[in-house]
Amino acid sequence: MFHQLRVALRTGIVTEPPPAGEALSLEALGARLHEEIHRRFGRSLHIRQVDAGSCNGCELEIGGLTGPHYDLERFGLHFVASPRHADCLLVTGPVTLNMAEALRRTYAATPDPKIVIAVGDCGRDAGIFRGSYAVVGGVADVVPVHAVIPGCPPSPRALLAGLLDAIGRAR
Amino acid sequence: MAILAYAVAATGGLAAALLGLAGVLGTAFTVRAPWLLPLGGLEVTLDPLGGFFLALIGAAAVPASIYAMGYAAGERRGVLAYNVFVASMCAVPLAANVLTFLLAWELMSLASYVLVVQSGEREAVRAAWVYALMTHAGLACLLAGMLLLGSWTGSFRFTDWYAAASPLPSWGPGLAFVLLALGFGVKAGVIPLHVWLPLAHPAAPSHVSALMSGVMIKLGVYGLMRVGLDWLGGGPAWWGVAVMLAGTVSAVVGVLYALVEHDLKRLLAFHSIENVGIILIGLGAGMLFYEAGLPALALLGFAAALYHTMNHAAFKALLFLGAGAVLHAAGTRDMERMGGLIKRMPWTAACFMVGSAAIAALPPLNGFVSEWLTFQALLQNLKIDRPEVNLVFALGIAGLALTGGLAMACFVKAFGITFLALPRSEAAARAHEAGRAMRVGMGLLALACVVLGLAPTLVVPALAKIGADVMHVPAPADVGGWLTLNVSGEFASLSTLAVAAALVTALAVPAATLALAGIGRRRRLYETWGCGRLLQTSRMEYTATAFANPFKRVFDFFYRPVTQLDIEVHPESRLFVRRIEYANPTSSIFEDWLYRPALDALHRWARRARGLQSGSANLYLTYILAALLALLVLA
Amino acid sequence: MTPDFVAAVAQVAVVGAGGPLLVGLLRTLKARLVGRRGPRPWQPYADLAKFLRKEAVVSTTTSWVFRVTPYVLVATMLVAALVVPVVVSRPALAFAGNIILLMYLFMLGTFFLALAGLDAGSAFGGMGSSREVAVAALAEPTIVVAIFALALRAGTINLGGVVERFAGDPLLVANPGHLLAFAAFFIVMLAETGRLPVDNPATHLELTMIHEAMVLEYSGHYLALVEWAAGMKLFLFLTLLANLFFPWGVPAEVALVPVALGALALAGKLVVLTAALAVLETSVAKLRLFRVPELLAASFALAVLSVTSVFLVR
Repeated sequence: MFHQLRVALRTGIVTEPPPAGEALSLEALGARLHEEIHRRFGRSLHIRQVDAGSCNGCELEIGGLTGPHYDLERFGLHFVASPRHADCLLVTGPVTLNMAEALRRTYAATPDPKIVIAVGDCGRDAGIFRGSYAVVGGVADVVPVHAVIPGCPPSPRALLAGLLDAIGRAR
Repeated sequence: MAILAYAVAATGGLAAALLGLAGVLGTAFTVRAPWLLPLGGLEVTLDPLGGFFLALIGAAAVPASIYAMGYAAGERRGVLAYNVFVASMCAVPLAANVLTFLLAWELMSLASYVLVVQSGEREAVRAAWVYALMTHAGLACLLAGMLLLGSWTGSFRFTDWYAAASPLPSWGPGLAFVLLALGFGVKAGVIPLHVWLPLAHPAAPSHVSALMSGVMIKLGVYGLMRVGLDWLGGGPAWWGVAVMLAGTVSAVVGVLYALVEHDLKRLLAFHSIENVGIILIGLGAGMLFYEAGLPALALLGFAAALYHTMNHAAFKALLFLGAGAVLHAAGTRDMERMGGLIKRMPWTAACFMVGSAAIAALPPLNGFVSEWLTFQALLQNLKIDRPEVNLVFALGIAGLALTGGLAMACFVKAFGITFLALPRSEAAARAHEAGRAMRVGMGLLALACVVLGLAPTLVVPALAKIGADVMHVPAPADVGGWLTLNVSGEFASLSTLAVAAALVTALAVPAATLALAGIGRRRRLYETWGCGRLLQTSRMEYTATAFANPFKRVFDFFYRPVTQLDIEVHPESRLFVRRIEYANPTSSIFEDWLYRPALDALHRWARRARGLQSGSANLYLTYILAALLALLVLA
Repeated sequence: MTPDFVAAVAQVAVVGAGGPLLVGLLRTLKARLVGRRGPRPWQPYADLAKFLRKEAVVSTTTSWVFRVTPYVLVATMLVAALVVPVVVSRPALAFAGNIILLMYLFMLGTFFLALAGLDAGSAFGGMGSSREVAVAALAEPTIVVAIFALALRAGTINLGGVVERFAGDPLLVANPGHLLAFAAFFIVMLAETGRLPVDNPATHLELTMIHEAMVLEYSGHYLALVEWAAGMKLFLFLTLLANLFFPWGVPAEVALVPVALGALALAGKLVVLTAALAVLETSVAKLRLFRVPELLAASFALAVLSVTSVFLVR
């Protein structure tokens, strides 16, 4: 216990400054909706990550967000276990046939108002799995999507920039 | 027809309650009929303690009888036995001499035997058999003790025993106490004499179970109170220690067994054992303080015991009536087949909720008040300056706290699995609400639970006066105003009225604030979150066995569970499982280590004694000759 | 507006506002200890405000028990806030009961929360309820025996009396029995408020949840109320630890300056305790569920030792 304490105190805070002014190719829906989302979730956003059939590459990058370097908690973003607690669904993967209904139910289980952010090229339009017999398509084919963070996989920096932009804090 | 008889019982109960109340408030009378029967004849007398128990029996009989008018309306069996049962129970606290007492006692046992065996099922017959056996073993002990005391003091009237003319031998009071305590302990269901209780109480019809658990076992407590404090004028410390230890063990063991029960009525029966344990903890504390010459604290312990007696009668009867309503509606006592009843039986569920909260000792209901009082009595034990007594008190404190927590856990299980979520069987899905008479009976008891919880300032002084009369000490001074109950001067205080008012305010203010601010108006109904699975059925709910599992594992040294796993595989491949049947029954250490060896030993000796009846006439003549010679020598 | 009434309102306000702040402070400290910047200490206020503005999704399987439970939780915490000596030694409801009342008030909240967990009919909720009541039941004896040890030395079970008696005698707290009772009560606090090593409040794995599993179904303003009640429970337990075991600075009379100083002293003590809790939580791993009873048994043993030490010293 004390060894861990010593290491922690010696290492100090390693969080990097937030990404700012990066070129983000985002698709957002209208300025008014953006304002509303910023008003509601600008200071506190609870995120439920949904794996709709991904290869887990995006999950590994998302996992990095909770670590000391990227630390999404400092912005008021927080991952939660239950969609009932969530405001935002962070959906990864091309939506496979088996997961389509599960994703729809998760969406319905989330209380309004909510936003959906699709992650990765798979989330945008099924990426390299486009056209496969096992895949429905991008996330937007199953649930309404508010923002997309492209990349295969997107780096944690890109993810963080995308999330902050979605809630109107990057500006 | 049956309804009329139950109405008679209800009216009789009301009359008895009023008479008992008069007795508590100071009326006293004696009716004698010494010429009627030998051994002193019939004699009834009313004194505060007897009046209290009489009032208790009467007050419990009223809602139970009203309930029975709905529950057992078409059933002609058991109606006469029920009335005899109630009447004989009323006679016990009034009895003033040995004969009256034992007559009433035996009549009560016989009537309840008839009621237990009435359904005719195999389980009921076996339960009644064990009950009859144990209650008569208790009766034998009572007879022995009372006859001994009678022969020593020269009189068979109870009041004469206190003012004993001729002194008893030095071991006399101890022996009498042990015999009488055993006899009354069997009736009260004290561990390890409890084995008949979880068999008999579930087998009887629900209104009878309510009375058996609510008031009949209290008559065992009544007897213990008389023996410990009145008839022998109090005794040495080991009496109080024995009572308190028996109480602690009963409380903890009772609730531990209740936790793993899935038969709703057996669960409630085990809780009766637990609550009798709590009553005995308070009584033991009272006895120890009395022996140590601290009358104020003795009155506190005694008042706590009496209060818990009253409270337990109220909420246990309520719970049994609720269980009866559930049984009536769902056709089963097995919790694993129930569920979702709160939507189909809202009144029963609400009443059962009040009973559950009361027995879990949640403020501001009545169970909390009596457990609080018991704690206050126990926490002042340092005024007795004897380490061994302090140790016993410490055990009592820890046991009582553990019991409180475990009782809450058990009733979360009982209420949650029975009433909440989805129905686990067809019968539960088709359940219907209880009839009006049943609801009235349950409602009366729920109201009693609330009132007894909010009115300790009225009740405790009356109980202290009863205690003062029994222990022949002066009654205590003022115990606080109408709002607050002050215990032992500045030691502790309680105000359930204030707590209740505060809780209601604290419930209303946030709700009103949110409503005024327009928050919470948006609500959407959807299915339970199940990780996106497609179907929610009752198979996905938590079962009662699973709920009790953490306790089974933590206390496995006590439960000794046995795992029975039966896996049926597909005939063509062991990899495909067709059916899995899992059972994890617990064994009862009392039956395994105490009763079975005792019964086996009894059988062994009986087999050997059979040799005496060989059938040979010559041997019998030898016996007669030997007996004749022995008598001649002894004469 | 008598001073007592003002003090009562102030006390409820302190507990109500302080609960989320304490939770936020704990999260920030824990983050700093592992090298993260972490959220701001007032983040829970933003979370609660946001939850209040969201819709509540209620499962069709549930009943009125589910909808009433958040209000019952908040109500029990608010009433408990008036029994615990927070800014004064004898708050408004101190006459209404003592530690036994507090213990059972908390149990009232746990009772309803466990029922709400069962109400939704999901396996997670049932599991959370079962574990929560097991832990709560096993923690009960320790609370009573630890407070009994305190009461023995103070001569009264009244919380205000204990506080006043110890406040006047600072050396009393260097008593080994006192420290043993503190250790026992600290472990019970971990169990009752669901902190590591008993329960991880930040876990996402339902199989490792105890408290969180019961609140998985709550959303919207219900969730806000439940989270607020949990924050208040942590505040109350830490206040009990601070003011019962180290009661310096708790005023006995209700006057502006002593109460303000008392609040400051309490704030200081709470910050120290929160820092200690943060250090503990970042250093130890969560215990396996069936090792938790062993931990609680150890705390009971500590409480019994504390009581025995009182007898030995006499």
